[in-house]
Amino acid sequence: MANRHFRVWRGDHSGGDFKDYNVEVSEGMVVLDVLHKIQAEHAGDLAIRWNCKAGKCGSCSMEINGRPRLGCMTRMNSFDPTATITVQPMKAFPVVRDLVTDVSWNYAQNKRIAPFKPKAPEADGSHRMYQDDVDRVQEFRKCIECFMCQDTCHILRDRGKQSEFIGPRFMIRVAGLEMNPLDDDDRVPELRHEFGSGMCNITRCCTEVCPEGINITDNGIIPMKERVVDRYFDPVLIAARALLGRKKRTKPKGTHEVQEVLEVPRPHEVPGTQ
Amino acid sequence: MDVNEIQTIEHDVLIVGAGGAGLRAAIECSAQGLSTGVISKSLLGKAHTVMAEGGMAAAMGNVSPRDNWKVHFRDTMRGGKFQNVWRMAELHAKQAPDRVRELEEWGAVFDRTKSGLINQRNFGGHRYPRLAHVGDRTGLELIRSLQDHGVHQGIDFHMECTGLEILKDAGRVAGLAAYWRDTGRFVLFKTKAIVLATGGGGRCWRVTSNSWEYTGDGLAIAYNAGATLMDLEFTQFHPTGMVWPPSVRGILVTEGVRGDGGILKNTKGDRFMFDYVPERFAAETADTEKEANDWLAGVEGARRPPELLTRDVVARAITAELKAGRGSPHGGAFLDIASRRDADFIKRKLPSMYHQFKELAEVDITKDPMEVGPTLHYFMGGIKVEADSQMTSVPGLFACGECSAGMHGANRLGGNSLSDLIVFGRLSGLGAAQYIRGLGNTPQVDGEQTRMAFRKATAPLNREDGHNPYVLHDELQDIMGAKVGIVRNEQDLTSALDDLASLKRKVKTVKAHGASQYNPGWHEALSMDSMMITAEAVTKCALSRQESRGAHTRVDYEGEREDWLPYKNEITRGADGEMVLTKVKRPEPPKLLKDIAYSNIDDLEAGKVGADN
Repeated sequence: MANRHFRVWRGDHSGGDFKDYNVEVSEGMVVLDVLHKIQAEHAGDLAIRWNCKAGKCGSCSMEINGRPRLGCMTRMNSFDPTATITVQPMKAFPVVRDLVTDVSWNYAQNKRIAPFKPKAPEADGSHRMYQDDVDRVQEFRKCIECFMCQDTCHILRDRGKQSEFIGPRFMIRVAGLEMNPLDDDDRVPELRHEFGSGMCNITRCCTEVCPEGINITDNGIIPMKERVVDRYFDPVLIAARALLGRKKRTKPKGTHEVQEVLEVPRPHEVPGTQ
Repeated sequence: MDVNEIQTIEHDVLIVGAGGAGLRAAIECSAQGLSTGVISKSLLGKAHTVMAEGGMAAAMGNVSPRDNWKVHFRDTMRGGKFQNVWRMAELHAKQAPDRVRELEEWGAVFDRTKSGLINQRNFGGHRYPRLAHVGDRTGLELIRSLQDHGVHQGIDFHMECTGLEILKDAGRVAGLAAYWRDTGRFVLFKTKAIVLATGGGGRCWRVTSNSWEYTGDGLAIAYNAGATLMDLEFTQFHPTGMVWPPSVRGILVTEGVRGDGGILKNTKGDRFMFDYVPERFAAETADTEKEANDWLAGVEGARRPPELLTRDVVARAITAELKAGRGSPHGGAFLDIASRRDADFIKRKLPSMYHQFKELAEVDITKDPMEVGPTLHYFMGGIKVEADSQMTSVPGLFACGECSAGMHGANRLGGNSLSDLIVFGRLSGLGAAQYIRGLGNTPQVDGEQTRMAFRKATAPLNREDGHNPYVLHDELQDIMGAKVGIVRNEQDLTSALDDLASLKRKVKTVKAHGASQYNPGWHEALSMDSMMITAEAVTKCALSRQESRGAHTRVDYEGEREDWLPYKNEITRGADGEMVLTKVKRPEPPKLLKDIAYSNIDDLEAGKVGADN
């Protein structure tokens, strides 16, 4: 047992401040355990969002000593034995209370992405694709939606460009659809014009904080940027497409260029709380 | 409190819970043209379904073409010790393959076979490789696929919203009183039907693999509304959960550790399982360490090590060692594979166990033993439903997934849970749609009942003083852990009922400090009511069933008893508010199903059993 000093941000959207707590910490504890102890012994109303306590649900995202971390996967003995631990809510999202933020913007972005559009199954009713073809897609699907990549992305965090960039989490969600051998949709025009693929300047901060170790930038975002470049800026490919008479969509669905209007993305709809 | 000032939301049907079952139910309701709402205690996509690893069982025959619904049905009935509701096990086995294919149509990316089909893996109790899976994160894939499909189906998701009480009109569902966790404000849902998909109640125990959401809310809401609960004595304990450190207490340690040679030791270093071999297994179990080691080395004629006895036996042995004072420092047994296999073998065969202990317990299992103990894992029991429609005994109230009872009988097979969610989630949606189509007039919410529900919920905040909800929860976990654990007896269970009765009096004066906005202390205080009902129902059922069957182990009534096979324990709320237990005789199964379940496997596969179907 050791007595540890915690500074925990308490407050709501109108403001707040760090409060000090001295807590008896026992061997093996993670930061989330200490916060629960504070809750049970000192501050019953300390707001924390958490679920699985095993790094699988991505609920307990917070900033610990200035870094986005999962509270349940941050061991106390990873800090200097006398260090003060500072815990605060994710900065990129509005505070609800204490360590809980309003992450509904992320759910709204997810809804803007057109749904998976499967090819017709084969004659026996099955889809066939090979493990090698789905490995990359499965890497993106490991995402637990902790939104720490969104929190750390400087386009969202520092520049506040939520209206222009969908963020790393949803770039790899689109990548997971684009690279899915069964998905029959073309998502490149939306990537460029609506999701802001050009905003990312590949600083790889998102990849660094991913608790699932997904190579967000190199395996997801860069290939998506390349597809945009191929479509819009590669003269050779553009000429080849023109020669072969293979048209590719360059404007988002719902604009005049496209004859068949499929599902129009519905931007800025906030699901959930009313 | 003026009810007219409370926020009101209207839906044809309201789903309570957004795990696999709730999401699948919502998608079906929406497809049936119903205005559909979903409330969930957590954010969308965070429900306990994400914790499921192994896969979803469905007799698709992609890996073994010999598999079919009959073999799956037979495996399920045998695993459930024939306590399953026959029709549910039949529906599940028949419909699971279509539900898995449907998930793929909605974007799920399963692991593939060499020929490009959905891959299927072996699992305990399943005769053939049957579990469609995605590595060891199948639950996440299931929930994300349903979520990403569901958000485009016109469903209204109300996140971080907790249900309190069902409001009724002439005995039928008319609405649900609920509150927003983030604002602490109340909300009244006016709805013609409700589907409960709230999961189990593992948080009544301290050592559990369940998340905080598992407080038995659905069971309590249904019970208070007059529905019947069933089978609650069947709580699945897994013998090897982590016991240390606190952050991971209860997390599962796969049986594969023992299968690959891991042995159990007490604090004196004794390999104690040799002292706990039941008479009926003695002939098939090694009686010396040398013979057990020979088995591992593949020596012909050597019998299986005692560590590989059934889960109830192993869990009982660990518990006995603890009671005798020979437990490990943090209250478990040592599970040692380090001294049995070289490091490369362990890392290759048990990568996730290696990672889990290294990251969370700082234990290198290639060098040191693990500490393990029984952990509460799953509720086979729950709300009694009609198999085809999933309707409870309350008109307009449905239940599916872990909170419903019957599908798994006395013991669930691994992999049958995820397929349960999607099969019965869909059926409950169809059931709700059919019920609503046949509904004459729309039920109306009663103002006074609504006011009472909200007033009751604010009581813990308004009290001047009272008990700390976190302390009360601890007390409940003490009682359930000590007296309603893996191994039960009449004396402990009777004493537990007394303890629960006195704890219930304290819960009546629970006090939550602070305001109602995102206040976990208040949420904890409210969930105590659900957990008290759940705990009492489990304890009453466990006391009633005087036999040991599946997950229910009674030291004073060892072994399965024929005279208990035809009976179910049912729980209802009595007229005076007291909990009533009734021992109810089960209906006879159809001959075909009985023939399949009890068939010789060779006869079944040769097509000699029952008419083809």
